[in-house]
Amino acid sequence: MKIAVCIKQVPQTTEVKIDPETHTLVREGVESQINPFDLYALEEAVRVKERLAEQGEEAAVTVITMGPPQAEAALREAISLGADNAVLLSDRAFAGSDTWATSYALARGLAKIAPDLVFCGMQAIDGDTGQVGPGIAVHIDYAQAAYVACIEEISKKKITVKRLIENGYERVSLQLPAVLTVVKEINEPRTPSLRGKMNAKKAEITVWKASDIDAPEDKIGLLGSPTQVIKIFSPPHREGGEKWTGESHELADKLANLLKEMEVV
Amino acid sequence: MSIKVSPDKCNGCTLCVKACPQGCIEVKDKLATIEIDSCNFCGSCVSTCRFRAISIEIEKQAKEDLSQYSGVWVYGEQWRGEIAPVVLELITAGRQLADERKSELAVIVLGNNLDKVAQELSEYPVDKVLIYEAPELESYDPERYSRVLSDLCKELKPEIVLAGATTVGRSFLSRVAVQLYTGLTADCTGLAIGEDGLLHQTRPAFGGNIMAEIVCPYTRPQMATVRHKVIPTSPKAKNGHKPEIVRLNVKPKLFGSRSQILEFIEQMENTVNIVDADVIVSGGRGIQDPANFALIEELARALGGAVGASRAAVDAGWIPYSHQVGQTGKTVCPKLYVACGISGAVQHLAGMSSSDTIIAINKDPNAPIFQVADFGIVGDALEIIPMLTKKIAAMRGQS
Repeated sequence: MKIAVCIKQVPQTTEVKIDPETHTLVREGVESQINPFDLYALEEAVRVKERLAEQGEEAAVTVITMGPPQAEAALREAISLGADNAVLLSDRAFAGSDTWATSYALARGLAKIAPDLVFCGMQAIDGDTGQVGPGIAVHIDYAQAAYVACIEEISKKKITVKRLIENGYERVSLQLPAVLTVVKEINEPRTPSLRGKMNAKKAEITVWKASDIDAPEDKIGLLGSPTQVIKIFSPPHREGGEKWTGESHELADKLANLLKEMEVV
Repeated sequence: MSIKVSPDKCNGCTLCVKACPQGCIEVKDKLATIEIDSCNFCGSCVSTCRFRAISIEIEKQAKEDLSQYSGVWVYGEQWRGEIAPVVLELITAGRQLADERKSELAVIVLGNNLDKVAQELSEYPVDKVLIYEAPELESYDPERYSRVLSDLCKELKPEIVLAGATTVGRSFLSRVAVQLYTGLTADCTGLAIGEDGLLHQTRPAFGGNIMAEIVCPYTRPQMATVRHKVIPTSPKAKNGHKPEIVRLNVKPKLFGSRSQILEFIEQMENTVNIVDADVIVSGGRGIQDPANFALIEELARALGGAVGASRAAVDAGWIPYSHQVGQTGKTVCPKLYVACGISGAVQHLAGMSSSDTIIAINKDPNAPIFQVADFGIVGDALEIIPMLTKKIAAMRGQS
C-alpha cells in the first residue's frame, strides 16, 4: 500500500509582527518547523504502515510538500520521524498560491505518486484555513473525511475512522483511495530515532517543478489563485485591565458581584 | 505576470527594499530596481510603497460575465432539525450584504425532513428559504453535499455564499470552491462590500497575530466561512414578513458517495460545545489534578456555560481534547471567558483573546494571561472557584 502525507513548513512561532514602517510581515530571524498538525498526520501514516506490516502487508510512506528549496529541511525531518520517501514541489510558478492553487498543485503531485491513502493535518498554524485537505480530495477525486480522531480498521479497499463533529463523533467507513485530515487527538507523535536521523541525512529528496506534474501555469501560483490578499494589518491590541489581590473569600465575593453586574448571574 | 516601477512616482525612499522578503530590490539613482529573476510577486513592495509607484500586473480577467451572478446565500447548517446557532449570525451579515448589493438574501438548507427548519428560518429577515430535501442527505456527506451545492450554484448563480466556520462548513465549502474554481476565505471575522462592489473579507491568520483583507475579483460566487459569535444573532423579522419557501428540484444522480456513516456518538453534556457557548470556564495546569476539574465544571454549570481547558490540562489527560482552547484546539469568542490556573501561553491566547470579557484567576501575578484579562484576580483558583460557585448559588436562591 502507498501512503502519502502532505506537510507544510511554517514559522516556529505565530508571534509574527508587522513592520510599522513597511506594513509587511517581519520574516527575518524566524525559524521554521513542520506544521504541528502535520506531525500527527505523519505519525498516523507511520502507524498505519506498522499496522499493515503486522497484517502481512508492505507499505511505504511518502511525504510531500510545496515550498521554496529551504522546505527540504522539513522533508528531512519527516524522514527522521519515519517517512520513507520525500517529494518537494518547488517552482517559482507556485509562489503566491492560495488554497485553491495549493490543493491543485499538491493533488497533481499526489496523482504522480498514486497513493491509496493520503494524510493531512486539519489545518496549518500560519494560514489556519483547513481548506487544503478537502480541496486535494476533490482535485484528485478520492473519498474524504475531515477531523479524523481515530482509525479503527483498515484493509486494502476500505478504512473505518472516527471523526470529530461539533457535538461528538461520527464513525465513517470510506472506500480507498481516500484523503484524511487528522486532529491532534489521534496520536502522540514519536521523537526521531537514531536510525531515522541517519536516514534523513542520506535521503534523496525528489524535486518536481510545475512541468514535472503537468500543472499548467494558469492553475498555480498567483495566476491560478481566485483570491487575493489586498491588505495585512495588526489586530487591535488588547490591554490588560484591573488586577485584584486579597483574601480568597474577598476575591470570590468581588467576582460574584462583578458577574451580577455583567448580568451573567 | 510582470512588476513595474514608475520612475515618475518613485523617489528612491528604500521602503520597498526593506519590505522585500526576497531581497531583490535595489535603489539605483533614486529609482527602485527589481531583480526580476528572484521576485516571487508576493506584493510586499506594492503595499509598502507610499507613492503607489510599484504595480504588479497579472494578465488575468474573468472568464465569464460576472453580472449574471446576484444574491447572497447563507448555508443553513442543521443537525437533525436543529439549526446551528451560527446560521442566525450569518443571516445578520447576509442581510446587510444583500441590502448593500440591492439583491436578495436566501438561506439554503440541505437535508431530510426539513419542514420545521424551513418554517423556523422563514421567521427571519430572509427573502427566500431554499430547501433541498432527500433521504440521502439526512447527514452531511462530503461528496453528496458538495456536488449538490456546486450544481445549485451553477444553476442559480448566487454572487456570495456564506457558511459557518464549523467542522462541516469548513470542509464542505472547500470542496464546493474547488469544484466551482472560485475563491473561499476561511474563518472570516469581518465582511463588507467595498467601493469596488466586491466582498471584502477580513480574517485572522498566524493565530490571530495578523489580520488579512481578502477579495475574490474574477470568479463567482465569492465564498466565505465565518467564525462563530463575531456577528450578532439576527432578530426575527417583523410580523407579516413571509419569505418564499422554495423546494428545489432534487437530482438523485448527484448522490453517489464513497463513504458511509456508520454511527453517531453524541456527547450529551452541554458543557462540551465550547464554540457555541456564551460563557466558558477553562482550567489549566494550575488546577493540579483531574479531580479538581469538577470545580471548574460546577462553576461552568452555575454560569450556564461550557468547560474549556488549556493544552497542558488536555495533554496531562485531565480532560478530553474536545475541550481544548487554543492554537491546536478550538478558537472561541464567548461573551465571558474565565481562565482558571492558566498561565496564558501564546498558543492559548490565540484561541481566546477575542472573547468579549476575560477574567483570569492565577496565583502568579506575572502570568501572561493577565496581559489580556479585563479582570485579573491574583489568587488561588482552587480556593476561589468553589467559594464563587457557592456565592452564585446563594444569589440565585435569593432572586
